[in-house]
Amino acid sequence: MGLEALAMDQKGYRRGSFQSSTSDEDMLEIAGASLDFSVADDDPPLYREMGGFSSYNGGGMNGTSTIMDFLEEPLPGVGTYEDFNTIDWVREKSRDRDRHREITSRSKESTWALIHSVSDAFSGWLLMLLIGLLAGSLAGLIDISAHWMTDLKEGVCLAGFWFNHEHCCWKSNTTFMDRDKCPEWMSWSELILGHGEGAFAYILNYFMYVTWALLFSLLAVLLVKGFAPYACGSGIPEIKTILSGFIIRGYLGKWTLIIKTITLVLAVSSGLSLGKEGPLVHVACCCGNILCHLFTKYRKNEAKRREVLSAAAAAGVSVAFGAPIGGVLFSLEEVSYYFPLKTLWRSFFAALVAAFTLRSINPFGNSRLVLFYVEFHMPWHLLELVPFIILGIFGGLWGAFFIRSNIAWCRRRKTTKLGKYPVLEVFVVTAITAVLAFPNEYTRMSTSELISELFNDCGILDSSKLCEYVNDFNSTKGDDLPDRAAGPGVYTAMWQLALALIMKVFITIFTFGMKVPSGLFIPSMAVGAIAGRLLGVAVEQLAYYHHDWPIFSGWCSQGADCITPGLYAMVGAAACLGGVTRMTVSLVVIMFELTGGLEYIVPLMAAAMTSKWVADAIGREGIYDAHIRLNGYPFLEAKEEFSHKTLAMDVMRPRRNDPPLTVITQDSMTVEDVESIINETTYSGYPVVVSRESQRLVGFVLRRDLIISIENARKKQDGIVSTSIIYFTDHSPPLPPSSPSMLKLRSILDLSPFTVTDQTPMEIVVDIFRKLGLRQCLVTHNGKLLGIITKKDVLKHIAQLANQDPDSILFN
Amino acid sequence: MARRLVKCKYAQAPPLSAVRSRYVTEGTSPAGMTPGGTPGREPLELVPAPRIFHLFNDNQLFDFSSNSEDVRCKCICPPYKDHLGHIYNKNISQKDCDCLHVVEPMPVPGPDVEAYCLRCECKYEERSSVTIKVTIIIYLSILGLLLLYMVYLTLAEPILKRRLFGHSQLIQSDEDIGDHQPFANAHDVLARSRSRANVLNKVEYAQQRWKLQVQEQRKSVFDRHVVLS
Repeated sequence: MGLEALAMDQKGYRRGSFQSSTSDEDMLEIAGASLDFSVADDDPPLYREMGGFSSYNGGGMNGTSTIMDFLEEPLPGVGTYEDFNTIDWVREKSRDRDRHREITSRSKESTWALIHSVSDAFSGWLLMLLIGLLAGSLAGLIDISAHWMTDLKEGVCLAGFWFNHEHCCWKSNTTFMDRDKCPEWMSWSELILGHGEGAFAYILNYFMYVTWALLFSLLAVLLVKGFAPYACGSGIPEIKTILSGFIIRGYLGKWTLIIKTITLVLAVSSGLSLGKEGPLVHVACCCGNILCHLFTKYRKNEAKRREVLSAAAAAGVSVAFGAPIGGVLFSLEEVSYYFPLKTLWRSFFAALVAAFTLRSINPFGNSRLVLFYVEFHMPWHLLELVPFIILGIFGGLWGAFFIRSNIAWCRRRKTTKLGKYPVLEVFVVTAITAVLAFPNEYTRMSTSELISELFNDCGILDSSKLCEYVNDFNSTKGDDLPDRAAGPGVYTAMWQLALALIMKVFITIFTFGMKVPSGLFIPSMAVGAIAGRLLGVAVEQLAYYHHDWPIFSGWCSQGADCITPGLYAMVGAAACLGGVTRMTVSLVVIMFELTGGLEYIVPLMAAAMTSKWVADAIGREGIYDAHIRLNGYPFLEAKEEFSHKTLAMDVMRPRRNDPPLTVITQDSMTVEDVESIINETTYSGYPVVVSRESQRLVGFVLRRDLIISIENARKKQDGIVSTSIIYFTDHSPPLPPSSPSMLKLRSILDLSPFTVTDQTPMEIVVDIFRKLGLRQCLVTHNGKLLGIITKKDVLKHIAQLANQDPDSILFN
Repeated sequence: MARRLVKCKYAQAPPLSAVRSRYVTEGTSPAGMTPGGTPGREPLELVPAPRIFHLFNDNQLFDFSSNSEDVRCKCICPPYKDHLGHIYNKNISQKDCDCLHVVEPMPVPGPDVEAYCLRCECKYEERSSVTIKVTIIIYLSILGLLLLYMVYLTLAEPILKRRLFGHSQLIQSDEDIGDHQPFANAHDVLARSRSRANVLNKVEYAQQRWKLQVQEQRKSVFDRHVVLS
């Protein structure tokens, strides 16, 4: 038995290879084209263009060279991968080292080569600069447009339609009472009816709100469906999988970038319960992938490109939260698979440039990178850790509950008829959200604004309902307010917030996973912030009315300002986010960068840790891992330990009763033999042995390389016919002079395949697969080739041991 | 950049009048009598609108509005005695951004000014209306173009193709019959475009190949549900 095949149905497989001739990169286009010809004869072949393509496309590997040169140079397409396949990290990395060695050795020869080597060394940093600039600008575009469109649901600015509410009232003086009103800003009822009061005006505003929301979400889902289906969802599960070595062609392409950027704004402004943070990571990764095409070093090497994508993910979080260091840590903790120190520094630089770019665009007009930046420095008391831990427990419970129900709903969508109506689904969910959201002012406003209001500490300057305490102005001095009794406004706000909490909890389950760009960070933070604020106000009132209780008497005497509800909201947000995503370090750093208060690290850590414990106790995986498993991506989780006592021979193919392993001999098979092997099997690679009798291992050759090379040789090399012998040795085997000329394929042979013996424990094998990013590993017994283990075999094995159905969770 | 930083440094030590400097020394910040905020942040906070857009502005390519309208000093004054809370916005330079300059007319009589102003919080804010305008217009035009293209692909192109090539070929597009998506005839056109070979057709070829790709993506996302569900 050879390699585990893609188990896609034959038609889908062919289509897959057709798709591999995508716009992702020119080199792959020819590769896909030639493959198409050989694999799928009945599909319209692209080979007629191939000659022309390879000559203009050859670049370094010019088409005018002689046959001998041609054999020395790698063929275009050799060493590339098909769609929905996994890359071989070891091979890619060694290829990059070869390339690097060559450049270094050449750099001593001439000045030009020296310049080339310097520019090559510098190109990584230049790429980071470009990614940062592009990601920052796109984030600015998204922020400004989303803010404007969100406000468009409520009214329009007469001073210039492009201004949002805040900027429309840039210069007007108002009182606290009508803080939001200014002559330039007209709500829809004011514009149409001429007045903004009364039931009819309310209904009109309601109607306009729902209509705009429906329009935005409809446009978003239609654009996604029409132009780039890969632009939907949050993108982080897929990015994680791609970074671990999987290939999804077109997932990080130009169209995905454009459509995701455009529809993200629409989706966010439609008022759906979703955020822009996750999709921004995807957008930044698209930028990274597209800019990689400018540099040969990254264009041609999948492993190097994944390093760039790791850094791009950091830049994405950096602009999403205005937290550059948090972004780097997020990339390290949550997204990346292979993260060497060099990538860490590059991520750092990319995150810095992106944050700086966004800052200089200044999208919110408040010199901050996020809408809900807060700044307060109230001290907290040790006893407050109890409510913080309660918030952590709540966050963990909510996280586990959310993951369970969202996965159940997504599975339903995947397997039942529901998935057939993506547009209708988005339409219905938006309608429900908008109809429910408008009456409650805390759900009507955008979620970022809600979080910003909840995080805010009530000062004397705030006039929102949430800050309507019973004020005693005579005793106040400056900005320092003591704890006060809650006024009627606070009580109204409390039950409105409770309603908002219930709505957010349930509607987010159905929103995440719809076919529009949808992030999860903001809704989970909102849930946590609401819960935290409710608890914070409760504790504050408790302390105010019972300041003589022993637990309060020590630190919270009358007239002191000891409880900050905004801090509770912040801790709650961190707890819920932690419960859903299971991040710890990066989460705390992001929250700390949002607030700029070093003194809140301990509460945030306590909450994040508690919520992770609670959530992990209920369900093992975070939302992204759960979605990876739901879709069955071949992702080998690096965080979990493999603790079963199985051996390599239990996992390897062929199994005991299977036919023997398909192998290619090194110097005795003809072109026809190899082609029949290729046609009869679907494995993506074949071991090469000395002879069938001895089964001694020589190396490993990939199916795709084999197909391309044979195809090329048949067309370009004289005398290659079906009976030509293929040899992988250094020197051609002795043959009678009458036989046709032979085909040397040593250049595509991997001479250093990874091998283990059949008695190797699986925990070591799994570790090797994880740490080296292997795609396959050969198994030997007494030095003889016995079988093969692929990444998918390992994944299936792990799933089997975890009592899951191995077939349902793999990519097929 | 260097020029701006120098300017900022200069603005950091404004010549304050006696009254104002007293507010500062009394430490009413964060009530914000000092222009800006914490001194450490000063240079960053002062960097005005992005330089890219300044370029546009300098070139008079987008001469929309004078930039001087893009700064404001926002003073929020809480309720005081029987005066309601009030928000004042004034277009004023950073060094004058304090209650005394912004709150006009002063609602309280002379002796109370100091007490009233102590409670006010003044913040200097900047924006770039040019950036906002350009961004929104760019966004809307891209959105409009995409929508137009989508409408063209769904409605206009099938009709055009039918006129050009007649019914027969459309019917031949085997498996795509019944698929009412846009680009349904991509396979067909792709096969045809390959038979001719000139430069113009390369564009069409690229377009058709892209359509095929989108069709594939759509199949794997919406029909087969193998990715992204």
